[in-house]
Amino acid sequence: MNDGRMSIIVRTIATMLLPFILVFSFYVIMHGHLTPGGGFQGGAIAASAIVMMIAAYGHERMKKKVSEEGLSMAESIGAAIFALVAFAGVFMATSFMYNFLVGTPVFGKIPPFGGNSGILDSGGVLPILNIAVGMKVIGGLAAVVMIMAMAGDEE
Amino acid sequence: MLSLFGIALIILSIFTVIPAILAVVMKDLLACVIALAIMSLLLSLYFYLLHAPDVAIAEAGVGACITTALFIIAIRATQRKEVEK
Repeated sequence: MNDGRMSIIVRTIATMLLPFILVFSFYVIMHGHLTPGGGFQGGAIAASAIVMMIAAYGHERMKKKVSEEGLSMAESIGAAIFALVAFAGVFMATSFMYNFLVGTPVFGKIPPFGGNSGILDSGGVLPILNIAVGMKVIGGLAAVVMIMAMAGDEE
Repeated sequence: MLSLFGIALIILSIFTVIPAILAVVMKDLLACVIALAIMSLLLSLYFYLLHAPDVAIAEAGVGACITTALFIIAIRATQRKEVEK
């Protein structure tokens, strides 16, 4: 172990795999209302990509790219978006978490009856809530691993 | 008469239990963590066969990757071998 990073083979493969894992996690988050998966699952996949980069490069180098303040900020922003969208149902419509976006241009298309392959532009507030949960899970899980990695070599 | 699906479930459950028992028995904690990761991966396959793909994705992401990384970081900060009292 030289200063916390692994060999060049591991680093190269991890760097090559990173965009594919991030794109897959974004796919899982965005199709949360159509296919299996959702905010938590996609966020866990993206956090595992960050964990892979921490394992390959060491947390000292990773801290320059992704700071734990930024991760905590992503977590808080996700929780704030979730609460705002949920309370917007009270003020713009009738009840808490009311789906007030149905019929509007933002994720508002109503799918036809019968079997279809799924329309991404549907679901109302559900994709927005999925994105909020995804941000919160990415921030939380990656921050936990990064803070534990930093606490490990203090003594 | 068992169907092919039932036989696959039985075989997969046996292969899921074996790493769990190994994780309890073995003394090397790093090997225990690897056994737990294998168990988690096989358990996600089991969830997929039981028509719960949502749980399977969550299990594969959290159980096989993030808890493994957390355990390995914790082992690096403490000690690797289990001590006998």
